[in-house]
Amino acid sequence: MATEFHNLQELRHSASLATKVFIQRDYTEGTVCKFQAKFPAELDSRIERSLFEDTVKTLNNYYAEAEKIGGQSYLEGCLACATAYMIFLCMETRYEKVLKKISKYIQEQNEKIYAPRGLLITDPIERGMRVIEISVFEDRGSSGSSSGSSSTSSSSGR
Amino acid sequence: MKACEYRQIGPQGTAPSPPVSAQNRVKRLRKWNVFPGKNRFYCDGRIMVAGQIGVLPLTLGLIIVTSCLFFIFDCPFLVEHVTRCIPAVGGVLFTFVLVSLLHTSFSDPGILPRASAAEAAYTEKQIGNSGSSSYRPPPRTREVLINRQLVKLKYCFTCKMFRPPRTSHCSLCDNCVEHFDHHCPWVGNCVGRRNYRFFYAFIVSLAFLTVFVFGCVATHLALRKFRSNRSLNKHSFTALELVVCFFSVWSILGLSGFHTYLVASNLTTNEDIKGSWSGNSGVQNTENPYSYNNILMNCCAVLCSPMPPSLIDRRGFLPTDEFPAAAHPEPELPVGSSLSRERLPEALEQCCGHQVVSRPPSSPQSTTSLTSLTSLRSECIYQALPTTPPTQWTMNTVFVLEASLQEALVLPADAFREESSVVVQNVTRTQQVGSQLRAAPGHWLRPRGPGPHRQPAPGGRAELLPVEGRRAELPADFLPNGASRGRLTSSHTGKNVELKFKVNLFWILLDLVLLLDNWRWPGREPTPVARQLPGRPLRHYT
Repeated sequence: MATEFHNLQELRHSASLATKVFIQRDYTEGTVCKFQAKFPAELDSRIERSLFEDTVKTLNNYYAEAEKIGGQSYLEGCLACATAYMIFLCMETRYEKVLKKISKYIQEQNEKIYAPRGLLITDPIERGMRVIEISVFEDRGSSGSSSGSSSTSSSSGR
Repeated sequence: MKACEYRQIGPQGTAPSPPVSAQNRVKRLRKWNVFPGKNRFYCDGRIMVAGQIGVLPLTLGLIIVTSCLFFIFDCPFLVEHVTRCIPAVGGVLFTFVLVSLLHTSFSDPGILPRASAAEAAYTEKQIGNSGSSSYRPPPRTREVLINRQLVKLKYCFTCKMFRPPRTSHCSLCDNCVEHFDHHCPWVGNCVGRRNYRFFYAFIVSLAFLTVFVFGCVATHLALRKFRSNRSLNKHSFTALELVVCFFSVWSILGLSGFHTYLVASNLTTNEDIKGSWSGNSGVQNTENPYSYNNILMNCCAVLCSPMPPSLIDRRGFLPTDEFPAAAHPEPELPVGSSLSRERLPEALEQCCGHQVVSRPPSSPQSTTSLTSLTSLRSECIYQALPTTPPTQWTMNTVFVLEASLQEALVLPADAFREESSVVVQNVTRTQQVGSQLRAAPGHWLRPRGPGPHRQPAPGGRAELLPVEGRRAELPADFLPNGASRGRLTSSHTGKNVELKFKVNLFWILLDLVLLLDNWRWPGREPTPVARQLPGRPLRHYT
């Protein structure tokens, strides 16, 4: 049973939170940020496996790009050292730029794919990069006040 | 949370004033206002330091004073007789040292925010814990294969999560820190993933600065002696610098060398001292799974990797839909004003920074239930309550609130028995507000009423008064029947490496200055100053 929501606002106001699913980190490659692409059982009836796995793989790729140790990171590191690390106060680091891209991607995925299915992905940065939190909503129908007090994704001040 | 400092104050013993309605605060809270660790924040969250500042003022003082003495007393002579570059080089090194030190001390070392309530519950469910036991269960671990090495991920009871690899919980700061190296008292902060490069830059540049100043000062003294052949007793400051540099240079050079080795092998101090990868733990064929087996790659990975963002987002605003302004703990409210039960979890969360696992429904009339967190921190302890109505509070079932108890609780009917109490612990407010009742740590409070069996009407409100002569010995008083004190040892908090340097530098320096003073310079009688000092206190060198 798929609940239909047309946008995130509608989702937040007319749905109630049923449960939350947490996608854990995958540490098999060390401490790099990577999430497990294993499809959780709770989402079985809600979303197609391929869509979910695509989302997680794209997120993993973004994080790998952010944490890549290559030419640009050496340059940034050397420049930072030469300026006594004052450059971190002025400039946005590459990681932060990629995080903004990730934020946009998650927002877009929520609007196009997840919200119509009654799901909502929370940006991992809001959970300390430990989990991808997927909130599962149920349609409460016409009567009912605002949803339960658990947190839902929104672009909070960062 | 802001630094919680409290003084023991006795209860005033008078009845609390009539309930005062909560003030509505206009100011929005930022996340640092409710940060659960022991860190302190300044400049509206821009600067953060550890709870204990350690000897950071001493470090700063030594560096600044020695460098200033160098610039004032030695540079003029050396510029004249050697080269003009000396103050320039000294200035650059000094600036670099100071900036690195401030970066190390005032930045986020890589603190992992604590797990949200929902996440903690999900993890508990996965582990299979029913949640009914309130004492600390056996340590939980998860194993993961990293680069053909088996790594154990331990569960952090304070932060309610399985720690990522290389993460450790610092007991001084009460935070889990990524790539935890050590907690440095000289710098007054933890050294972790985000500030290790600053720390390394600090000690390397400080080594250069110390050697540079030592060399220049030695040159200065030697040149003076060589050129004028007069006594050097006018240059006591220079001698002081020489002494400070001489003793610093060995320790700092040693530390720099040690950390260079760690950087080259992609190890943390924590791992090196515990011997995680050197086979000391008894497991065969262990090697560091994080190392690239190439010194240059390791150095680049540690020092030139992209700077990760701060995960605690200390300047972000708290979401307003979860925390109604009326439940703000900031106003100085007397005990006895009312707080409805459904707002209690939010108030508790704001007070303690802990998150209640499940929130009660919004209806004020229903009996509510709260499941517990099994944190045995001394600041904030919750106990399990049965979840089916009505809740029966027994002696062992108490709420311990960290902040001052400002408001009474709405309790469901039949909730009281004779021993029902609430204990306030670690009161954070010390100011007296008129003659209002302030509850002090360890005091038991009980609902106000004509008798011990007073039961408020459903949805009614209860006021709290201190119980005379009853004090709690925490945390043992909050153990349920059957739990033993033995479980409450610090070994359950996880092993951390805390490097403690207890060198009483002041006394060393004083001794040396006095020694120099006593030293027989040519043509000068020694003054037995040391013998004149009455009863010097004992000095401890560890």
